[in-house]
Amino acid sequence: MLTMILKRLMMAIPSLIGVVIVTFLLTRALPGDPAAYFAGPAATPQAIQEIRVKLGLDRPLIVQFGHYVDDLAHGNLGTSLTTGQPVASELRNRLPASAELTLLGLIVSIIIAVPLGILAATKPNSLLDHACRIVATAGVSLPVFFTGLILVYVFYYQLGWAPAPLGRLDVFFTEPPHVTGFYLIDSLIARDPETFMAALKQLILPALTLAIFSLAPIARMTRASMLAVLSSDFVRTARASGLSAYTVIITYAFRNAMLPVITTLGMVFSFLLGANVLVEKVFAWPGIGSYAVEALLASDFAPVQGFVLTMAVMYVAINLMIDVLYGVIDPRVRLDA
Amino acid sequence: MKRRDFLKSVTALTAAAAVPAPAGWSPAKAQSRQETLLIVSESGPNNLDIHGVGTNVPGYEVSWNCYDRLISHEMKTNDQGTPYYDKTKFKPELAEDMNIGDMSVTFKLRKDATFQDGTPVTAKDVKWSFDRAVTVGGFPTFQMSAGSLSKPEQFVIVDDNTFRVDFMKKDRLTVPDLAVIVPCILNSELVKSKATEQDPWGLEFTKLNTVGSGAYKVTNWTAGSQVVLERNDNWKGGPLPKLKRIIWRMVPDAGNRRALLERGDADVSYDLPNKDFSELKSDGKLSIISTPYSNGIQYIGMNVAHPPFDNVKVRYAIAYAIPYQKIMDAVMYNLAKPMFGASAEAPTEVAWPQPHKFNTDLAKAKALLAEAGYPNGLPDPIQMSFDLGFAGVNEPTCVLTQESLAQIGIQTTINKVPGANWRTELTKKTMPLFTNVFSGWLDYPEYFFYWCYHSGKSIFNTMDYQSPPMDAFVDGARTAAATGDMDSYNKDVKGFVDLAYTDMPRIPLYQPYVNIAMQKNITGYQYWFHRRLDYRNFAKG
Amino acid sequence: MTDIATSPPRESSLTALFKHSRYVLGENPVTGFAFALFVLIVLASVFGPHIVPYDPLASDTTQALKPPNAHHWFGTDQLGRDVFSRVVVATRLDFFIAIASVALVFLMGGLAGVAAGFFGGWTDRIVGRIADTIMAFPLFVLAMGIVAALGNTVQNIVLATAIVNFPLYARIARAEANIRRDAGFVEAARLSGNSDWRILSFQILPNVFPILVVQMSLTMGYAILNAAGLSFIGLGVRPPTPEWGIMVAEGSAFMVSGEWWNATFPGAALMVAVFCFNLLGDGLRDMVDPRRRT
Repeated sequence: MLTMILKRLMMAIPSLIGVVIVTFLLTRALPGDPAAYFAGPAATPQAIQEIRVKLGLDRPLIVQFGHYVDDLAHGNLGTSLTTGQPVASELRNRLPASAELTLLGLIVSIIIAVPLGILAATKPNSLLDHACRIVATAGVSLPVFFTGLILVYVFYYQLGWAPAPLGRLDVFFTEPPHVTGFYLIDSLIARDPETFMAALKQLILPALTLAIFSLAPIARMTRASMLAVLSSDFVRTARASGLSAYTVIITYAFRNAMLPVITTLGMVFSFLLGANVLVEKVFAWPGIGSYAVEALLASDFAPVQGFVLTMAVMYVAINLMIDVLYGVIDPRVRLDA
Repeated sequence: MKRRDFLKSVTALTAAAAVPAPAGWSPAKAQSRQETLLIVSESGPNNLDIHGVGTNVPGYEVSWNCYDRLISHEMKTNDQGTPYYDKTKFKPELAEDMNIGDMSVTFKLRKDATFQDGTPVTAKDVKWSFDRAVTVGGFPTFQMSAGSLSKPEQFVIVDDNTFRVDFMKKDRLTVPDLAVIVPCILNSELVKSKATEQDPWGLEFTKLNTVGSGAYKVTNWTAGSQVVLERNDNWKGGPLPKLKRIIWRMVPDAGNRRALLERGDADVSYDLPNKDFSELKSDGKLSIISTPYSNGIQYIGMNVAHPPFDNVKVRYAIAYAIPYQKIMDAVMYNLAKPMFGASAEAPTEVAWPQPHKFNTDLAKAKALLAEAGYPNGLPDPIQMSFDLGFAGVNEPTCVLTQESLAQIGIQTTINKVPGANWRTELTKKTMPLFTNVFSGWLDYPEYFFYWCYHSGKSIFNTMDYQSPPMDAFVDGARTAAATGDMDSYNKDVKGFVDLAYTDMPRIPLYQPYVNIAMQKNITGYQYWFHRRLDYRNFAKG
Repeated sequence: MTDIATSPPRESSLTALFKHSRYVLGENPVTGFAFALFVLIVLASVFGPHIVPYDPLASDTTQALKPPNAHHWFGTDQLGRDVFSRVVVATRLDFFIAIASVALVFLMGGLAGVAAGFFGGWTDRIVGRIADTIMAFPLFVLAMGIVAALGNTVQNIVLATAIVNFPLYARIARAEANIRRDAGFVEAARLSGNSDWRILSFQILPNVFPILVVQMSLTMGYAILNAAGLSFIGLGVRPPTPEWGIMVAEGSAFMVSGEWWNATFPGAALMVAVFCFNLLGDGLRDMVDPRRRT
């Protein structure tokens, strides 16, 4: 197991290096001049040049890259121009917000998509199967920000069922004491059910938006995997032995069909982490997605570089965890590795 | 078997941990809604100190409310009944007495004013703060220089409670410049204790902490999310504000901001599309107050140093081709004062902004283009640029203008420039055609013209306009204002306004309104030259 | 005596394909429906601009924000432009974005992938590293970055979509090329003196195309959604070009004030198109490889 983990990490390093280089170049290619931004509205060209020198932006790219890598090695991700805060601390503060949202979205998605997929697999090519496919595909056919805005319009503005899209907590609640950064977990640790409910309420609409967007791949994979398993020998044996439909489908078939679904989950999770930039904008969610987008539009290098690097590292870590989980659930995989 | 049991036990454990122990209710920390004001806007401050490097406009609002200045302005009432700052009448804030001499002005400071940590405010704090303002560079130094305040030698400590500003030259704008946001008074000892060799003015510390003697202090700032301000109960600069807490939340989506206001979940917003303000006004559920920008104009600018806009006839053609009324209707929803279509006989006033006499007349535009040597319109398409940060207004304005120009044979492509790059683009002076807005804190015509039309101060002269007669008028007006020669002043002002409309390097469209939407139970809005919110007068219920 | 040597005339492969398609379409009504929709979209792209009642760029501020009525079936937008005309004309641009993205990523990813699978060795390693690097990025942010850096034109949006989907195509193409590397027809082509690149482009890539075509229809949907997401941030196509994504993004601002038609009609058109492409993908998969029918 350990050798597998180490080998994977080794293989991931060239990708991470590639990510660092590409992001560096991409951010430097962004239009806009941080020196002019810093110098303020009334700066003369000399003032701008002075600031450019002070920020080290007049040096050749190689030198700047060298400084960047040197900073990285010391854990310094630079400072954001637009917020003035160090990128590392801002990412650390904002990551739990995005992670909590994405995780909850994934869980909601699983709760809806997996039963949908199982249902569709039990009656392939029936009306039910087509209906499931249509529902799942419809969710992914609308731009995610539009889904979010429609949900806000219907459930907050018209019906008043959902709370105001003001971020993670209503204005008059204070955050629970910081343990993980996940408000749901921290409020439970602090024995504060009111804050828990408040945080949960704020999470519902954005999590639902993300869930709708990720239904299709999960449902599809579940269905495909279940279909394959349902036609296998041991299921036929179970059916022939007279076990109830529930036992056959859930206890035997589903457990074995889970594996490919879990791989999909890993992929969907990383995809969602990148895609929730739009959802965060709609719901005023203080996550890393909205942070990165604002920085990108302001041609603010450091947060974009920090964000991309963080996401790349998380992607590697998540895929690794999935593989390990695979090994735990299915011993056959472990033996092969 | 062991593996299954392990998995089972893990699941059981996590399930158990998820159930909270049935403890008693934790006391909600919710502060009384009545004493809190909830403001929503698209973006927030990036720095709490106006002297900071690259501080954005929302940062100015924090500075205004958390720091005191020597003087402020009295309020008058405008024709809509809104309290409006009186640019000619000053009010003591940190200073209790002001004595304007021939080449200096002396202030007697209040003896009871303290900073938020209890330290008394003395003249050395004022000097240190003013020195800082003129030394850090960037916007604050530029603003100070607008009132001829540029050297630390001008700021003199007479004694602990007396402070003098010496004039470098006579300038009508010096005293008003002392009432703007920039010359705010910081707790010099506290900031000096946080300064370092690389950061002698303590800018890193004041970026994150407010250290003033003002009515509010920032107790919590999450950049990009919210700012929480609490009242300074020891404020001496005026009557104690009624609202104990201000929560300012950033909500990027405009539709959501409107929804929040309409459902009563937010108290105030000044950051809505014009259409929403116009509709909310007619709905009557919220209070909407609209006030014209003091000394501010949205215009179409042209680069007059290069063809084709170096030809004044082409500029006139553009001025006749702009669909002014369409823009007023569909973009501004008439929440602006037209700066076009003045009648041909209207005399030039000694005032600014002032409308020009052009109006939409495509036939005239075509004729002028032909006279300029382009009977079939311009041969190459022109790029029309705008600031994406204000896309709500700029984009439809450009689209409508593009359509109209196409009808006289001028093809254009639209170029969206992200907000952060807009200044850079303007400074380069390469954009042939663009729309922009400029307004000045000091509401005097010569101030506007000095920054926008004078050849010397290039930054806001976005048209690259060089005209010695214009320079003469503007310089003459400034000198006349300083010496009090009103005849000469009036002549020069009329002179530069006429010349601006004869040369037409930029085409004013309208004077925008500052709009604010508030719940009906909120009172105390005041219009200030900086157009930001002054929390000190708000009251609820 | 019976002539047992005679066998019934063989069908041409085109007829066989046609019959097979008819069978698949008939069997699965959803796929049939998706195909019909696809044809409608193509027709709208080709003929749309010629048959719409109004000029999609013509503003008329006196008619701004009118709800759907007899004159304007989908209502008018904030500048008085006819929404129906804009939605129909936008079909061409969105369809172009979809097709162009897919063509580009097929060429880029497909060629790179088959080269990697065919040659192995360093080619394989380099393509693999490039694909891994791209996959490690949060994909939408990468697309945003590319468009922000290069400028928001249609070409750059297409390029960004192609780059973001490159790894997937490369991976599939590589696997397929690997399988066919030693196939008979490849040997034959080599013996006939074809260079490796000719073999790749004319023998292997066309064989990989049916496998990739399933993914391509999904990518078509993704391309349009991507353009919409970029428009929401301000990095979409330039105004006043009608494009579904930017119409939805701008129209959303009017939902709260009740002018629902601004966003709903382009949104519905977008949804129908993406839906159609997704379902088409399923149908194509059934057609191409019955074993993989899911």
